[in-house]
Amino acid sequence: MATQTERDTREILKAVEGAAGQLPSAERRQFLRKALTAGAGTFAGAAFAGLSIAHAADVPASAGSKYPPGLPPWSRTLGPGVDWQPYGMPVKYQADVIRRQVAWLTQSPQASVNFSPLQHLNGTITPNGLFFCRYHSGCAQINPAEHRLLIHGMVERPLLLTMDDLMRYPAVSRTHFVECAANGAMEWKRAQLDSLQYTHGMLSCAEWTGVMLSTLLDQVGVKKGAKWLLIEGADGAKMARSIPLWKGLDDCILAYSQNGEALRAEQGYPVRAVIPGFEGNMNIKWVRRIKVSDRPWYTREETSEYTELRPDGKALAFDFYEDAKSVITFPCPEVPPQHGKGLYEIRGLAWSGRGKIKAVDVSFDGGANWRPAQLQGPVLTKSLTRFTVPWQWDGGPALLASRALDETGYVQPTIDELRAVRGDRGVYHNNSIQVWQVTAEGKVHNVQLA
Amino acid sequence: MCSSLETGMSKAWQALVLLALPACALAAQPVHYAYGTTPTAAQVKGWDVDVFPDGEGLPPGQGTVAQGEPLYEARCSACHGLFGEGVAKFPNLNNSSLDDLKATPPVKTIGNYWPYAPKIFDYIRRAMPFPMPGSLTDEETYAITAYLLNLNNLVGSDFVADAQTLAKVQMPNRNGLIVNDLKPDTHAKRCMKGCAAGSALEVKTNAKDLKGLTPPTTGPADGK
Ligand code: HEC
Repeated sequence: MATQTERDTREILKAVEGAAGQLPSAERRQFLRKALTAGAGTFAGAAFAGLSIAHAADVPASAGSKYPPGLPPWSRTLGPGVDWQPYGMPVKYQADVIRRQVAWLTQSPQASVNFSPLQHLNGTITPNGLFFCRYHSGCAQINPAEHRLLIHGMVERPLLLTMDDLMRYPAVSRTHFVECAANGAMEWKRAQLDSLQYTHGMLSCAEWTGVMLSTLLDQVGVKKGAKWLLIEGADGAKMARSIPLWKGLDDCILAYSQNGEALRAEQGYPVRAVIPGFEGNMNIKWVRRIKVSDRPWYTREETSEYTELRPDGKALAFDFYEDAKSVITFPCPEVPPQHGKGLYEIRGLAWSGRGKIKAVDVSFDGGANWRPAQLQGPVLTKSLTRFTVPWQWDGGPALLASRALDETGYVQPTIDELRAVRGDRGVYHNNSIQVWQVTAEGKVHNVQLA
Repeated sequence: MCSSLETGMSKAWQALVLLALPACALAAQPVHYAYGTTPTAAQVKGWDVDVFPDGEGLPPGQGTVAQGEPLYEARCSACHGLFGEGVAKFPNLNNSSLDDLKATPPVKTIGNYWPYAPKIFDYIRRAMPFPMPGSLTDEETYAITAYLLNLNNLVGSDFVADAQTLAKVQMPNRNGLIVNDLKPDTHAKRCMKGCAAGSALEVKTNAKDLKGLTPPTTGPADGK
């Protein structure tokens, strides 16, 4: 079947030849040469591509097979030109690789979350179009020329910045993950969602470029006695979180770029906060205001949400860190081992909000015995680290698990160990060891051993 | 030394800045880039909408329970229910029982979970009504806050909400939050051999048994 591009090309080529046919031979040659050599422009480019289609008819029939020794069609034609996709998109065969939501979780898609397809991502960087999204008032769409950033409160010199102003400050580029505190929320009571995307997909990682928050705080001159910052978004929710001043002076970034291009609207265009290693909600998007104070604000997201209700009815507030965690991304429920018994490479991701990953151990027997995995460098702080370990599958049932250890010495707990402290009514900060059950049929399921 | 490491300035920037400065001593202070403008008082006031737990930041104005009732019904009840019970999965706004925090699943509402009444005003003013945040006046927001507190039996029907009275409302969960010390609360050990045995290695729950819960991970996005 000819594609639309090929059909268009033929049409154009016919038109060129038709027009040329009307001309005396000398002019005809000149016309064709012009049409086919004009370096740029769809007309000439398409005509040129069309010519090659005509040539393709001359190749021997053995080329019919796509596989060796044949020549597949894409090896016998010219592809579209550089202007085919001014902004490149994934190929059509990757159509399943998209962010997805769990519709029954929330009432409104404007106050909801979607999940990155970790089962199909092979690096440590999440492509911008697949970075998970959490909104509280839908996705704000802001013209950067109309955006303002106000910094005030306990400061010597309040400041109002345009985006142009903000981008003049010295810039940094750093790679950090963002994980929603509720990643794994559905798994507190029991194994619930049979999928890597839905158990762990509120996790993404990018290289962020922007201004260190400390640079801006230097500019405004933080007054003595100040201890907290409020960072507030310009979205309908005016999403706001209290950030300890020490953290703001340490490693936070007001980022305008993600993986080298401007932020996507979903990630807070034109400027978002990156609060490395702290729960995703604190990484305020569409930042419009920073206020300095001597005490925290107890915003709705610090009381009603993002607090952990303990068995005694008391709740833990200001639980900022995303502690060390890991997950095996292959095999997983979505991508099981497909070749029967034999050698596989187990692959996964590890991360810690407190620093660098120091080691990852993998178990094939549900946690009785562990073996260290290979870490793929560079291992960056508060960033995703990939690990691999070879696995000789005997074709029988197996329980695969991974366990992260970070540079502070913290070891990722089992769900049992977490429940012993927090009970099983939790929502947030489930960083427990994930166990995948591999069946003799080669299926993979999300299971819990406690 | 004439460096300013605390500012996070790179060596190159420091060098440039030093060139521009008459005296070395000045470099100890942060660089002043002089970008942006100083906001006017009116500009700050327009955006300075945050309220502290003690009520600092609440604006002038007031509103009564009686004024709040029709406003709530018109602007909020479609989602939060006529009695604040919450339609479908929209948040429940009416429960002041601390016991329900211990239930499974727990019921968490502005009445039994939120520790500070001024923050209800703050949240409604910044984010509600959901489809049209910022569309209520301060007086209307006070009135709706008064009505919601009365609905939760936390104030009488003659309550007038303003900057002073809201700060004085005793919320049931006022002392229910523990401020985290930011230290990890689990202390697992890195065991490598013979770390678990017997029933600890048996599958207790399997997600495959919960039919219909996991949305598809192939094909078009859910709901599209
Ligand atoms: C169209 C539906 C809708 C309407 C109308 C609406 N809300 Fe909401 N409300 C929501 C949603 C959705 C949330 C949760 C938002 C989130 O998760 O960020 C919410 C959250 C809240 C909360 C926080 C509840 C909690 O426990 O955290 C309060 C308080 C609230 N709304 C009050 C109001 C008031 C007052 C009005 C009327 C002025 C109103 N809402 C109108 C949908 C609505």
